[in-house]
Amino acid sequence: MKNSALGRRIIACPYYVWAAIFIIVPLIMMVYYSITNPVGEFTIDNFLSLGKYSKAFLLSITYAVISTIITFLIAYPLSYAMTKLKISSQRMILMMVIFPMWMNFLIRTYSWISILANTGIINNFLVSLGFEPLKLINTPGAIILGMVYDFLPYMVLPIYTAMSKIDTSLLEASDDLGCNGWQKLKKVIFPLTLPGVVSGITMVFVPSVSTFYISQKLGGNKTMLIGDAIEYLFNIGPDHYNVASTLSLVLMVLILISMAIMNRFTDETDEGVII
Amino acid sequence: MKRILSIILTFCMICSLCVVLSGCGYTYAELDLRGEYTKEYAGTTLNVYNWGEYISDGSDDSIDTVKEFEHLTGIRVNYTTFDSNETMYSQIKNGGVSYDVIIPSDYMIERLINEDMLLKLDTSKLTNLDLIDNKYKGLYFDEKDEFTVAYCVGMVGLIYNTKKVKQTPDSWNILWDKKYKDDILMFNNPRDAFAIAQFMLGQDLNSTNKSDWDKAAVLLKKQKKYLQSYVMDEVYGKMETGEAALAPYYAGDFLTMYENNEDLAFVYPKEGTNIFVDSACIPKNAQNYEAALMFINFLLEPDIALANAEYIGYASPNTSVVNNPDYYYYGNEILYPNEANTPKTQYFHDIDNEIRNYYENLWIDVKLY
Amino acid sequence: MKFLSKLYIALILVFLYAPILVMFIFSFNSAESVWVFEGFSLDWYKELIYNSTMLTALRHTLLIAILSAIISTVLGTAAAIGILQLRKKITKSLVMSVTNIPMMNADIVTGISLMLLFVFFGKLIGLNESLGFFTVLIAHITFNLPYVILSVMPKLQQTDKHLPEAALDLGCTPLQAFFKAVLPSIMPGVFSGFIMAFTLSLDDFVISYFTCGHYQTLPIVIYNMTKKTVTPDAYALSTIIFVTVFVLLILYNTMQNNSERKVARR
Repeated sequence: MKNSALGRRIIACPYYVWAAIFIIVPLIMMVYYSITNPVGEFTIDNFLSLGKYSKAFLLSITYAVISTIITFLIAYPLSYAMTKLKISSQRMILMMVIFPMWMNFLIRTYSWISILANTGIINNFLVSLGFEPLKLINTPGAIILGMVYDFLPYMVLPIYTAMSKIDTSLLEASDDLGCNGWQKLKKVIFPLTLPGVVSGITMVFVPSVSTFYISQKLGGNKTMLIGDAIEYLFNIGPDHYNVASTLSLVLMVLILISMAIMNRFTDETDEGVII
Repeated sequence: MKRILSIILTFCMICSLCVVLSGCGYTYAELDLRGEYTKEYAGTTLNVYNWGEYISDGSDDSIDTVKEFEHLTGIRVNYTTFDSNETMYSQIKNGGVSYDVIIPSDYMIERLINEDMLLKLDTSKLTNLDLIDNKYKGLYFDEKDEFTVAYCVGMVGLIYNTKKVKQTPDSWNILWDKKYKDDILMFNNPRDAFAIAQFMLGQDLNSTNKSDWDKAAVLLKKQKKYLQSYVMDEVYGKMETGEAALAPYYAGDFLTMYENNEDLAFVYPKEGTNIFVDSACIPKNAQNYEAALMFINFLLEPDIALANAEYIGYASPNTSVVNNPDYYYYGNEILYPNEANTPKTQYFHDIDNEIRNYYENLWIDVKLY
Repeated sequence: MKFLSKLYIALILVFLYAPILVMFIFSFNSAESVWVFEGFSLDWYKELIYNSTMLTALRHTLLIAILSAIISTVLGTAAAIGILQLRKKITKSLVMSVTNIPMMNADIVTGISLMLLFVFFGKLIGLNESLGFFTVLIAHITFNLPYVILSVMPKLQQTDKHLPEAALDLGCTPLQAFFKAVLPSIMPGVFSGFIMAFTLSLDDFVISYFTCGHYQTLPIVIYNMTKKTVTPDAYALSTIIFVTVFVLLILYNTMQNNSERKVARR
């Protein structure tokens, strides 16, 4: 018997080796790059130069927070409305929400340009009605719209899953106890869906805070988010890898901290605490 | 499970069928060739790294340069593109990717040579070298013509939409005019963007004085609020549709845009402009040197050079093209201005590390402004 | 109220599908523009067949997606079995934390750190080029693994611990015990892990962007296209992929519904 248990433990060894080489070592490499200069000597200059990028960090966080809040405000009522429908329509709508994710997000983002451009679909329509064209593209609003659009399904999925699992008898009980709609939402539904909300928030926040494509295409390359800064530095030559690694490292720590904060809200004692 | 797998497999099969089919449909041109192209290196792969939209690709019944070369030699060409000299440099320098033929611009070639990253060309294999105009031999970055063969020549100018810009601009300062707020495009790469500010300030493009670069950066920051966006090749779509009114860009690309929108016009501003030569060269870590030489020689073939010059729209350093009366841009005043109309021009040079790092960081400041 | 909530759902769906509709319409544009519609034509679909760059990239994408999904499913299932055997709580939570990293971390950080590793080792052993097919594959397997492990693990926890032992008692070899007793019971988890890995790999842009070298996948080619003039052929290809996936999903769903109904009838 012991033999087979041992066998089953050994079976994971290839994975441990893989994880060590391709998860741990790359992170060590990143740390190494961030504390050395291009010649390979130890330095803390990279960290000292971070001040310059504070605006990029601030902008990234602001945009990510705003778009996370908006996706939440869209997704929560949506999930609630969905659970009120027949099971078969629920399934269909869920599929329709997830479905766009099967399409390349670059193309989906790009086609927003056709819609928002100065000579694009919306403005053409407005002009043909005799209105003044609006300035939509290349604005912070367009970037946030792109983020909301691209990551909305990530928010809907976990919230809907949590909400559809709520026992209807609980809601009936709260009705019987004389809760009004708002109290029901606050005292019963929201606490029960909190884990879904938390995972939705992390799933939207992380890609939003680190994106570099959306800001370039919908923001006209005028805003430099932290993802853009990293991409720029990596594209102008290996001499800049060190600063880029430092920025990535800080970005990673930022994400880990925000996730640790989010996890505080759920008392899930799930294994796999984030470091 | 099985069903899904079989569906996936069918999907893959359909796709691979498409891939097989993709070979058909193009009819090979009858080329009149000067050089010799053997099948000696058939089956090998040649990695070519070039600017976007910088080779005749068979669209609109043109000659497909890459396909013709593959057909002729049996070599598989892996053709990829970059959108700035720096991206190309970064790719080669870190050793992540090896290329056999690259076509960077002058100042980048100087840098590559300084850093010992190029191989010398075996000129005995380049039988078409005599077609290159003497003007484009022995240029500053490669005085002995050991490393490079000129591919395209160009100058930067001001493109504007005559429906939106009523006066005829003659200076770069129109890019700072608040009348055209949100209608102005600007280069999305530090070297080209700084150059325009430097011309405005009357500076040397290759200044080694940090305060010069600081002043240029201030000017670029001032411009930012009037800009619609920073662009590279996105400029085509934006100018052709009338989305934007003004953009500094390469003269050759203007001619391509003009084909699609006749409201566009072009000038060389009076402050002067940047002239560049993009040349083919072979990097040190190339894996297919002989085939690379064959490809470079192929690019010089009169028929191929003509097709490329017409497709790209840049000035050609190839005498067989320039002197060919059938050449679409034969005697074109924008590409080949006569002496009276030639603007003041300056080449970019490679600048030392410190200054380069300095302006590359200043560009971040501009972007973050 | 009911009407309002339906209207709300409809509005969100319009929002989600507006750009897709735009893409769909402009893939039939007779002009080269993705802004101005000039007339109906199928030219871009024809053009697509001749666009060898895009089709090669499509082949690369599919190959990487299939291979990385298979390898990460095998590795990940084995890992899930092994991890559950770990006795010490600390080791287990350490392993799970490491496993979570690629999933939690920003793609750009994962991509860059992997690239630094590949480039560094490429230089170390004197490779002419360090990025290519194998590095994309490795990168994709790496970010797929946590998803596989996390979808297999709950199923494993649900299965009876004594199941493999019973199989061994009945004279199975350990391998047979795994394939005949354990695997069938965790199959749904393995399968959803596989599909998840396949999908993620198919759609990945950021990590491939930093690790692919010459081996360009479809998202990379599309990215390069959006850096210049996007012609409608990219839209045409997306439309084809979209319609294919759509048909497959509808088929799959109706089949599932049918079989569910059959089960219910019995």
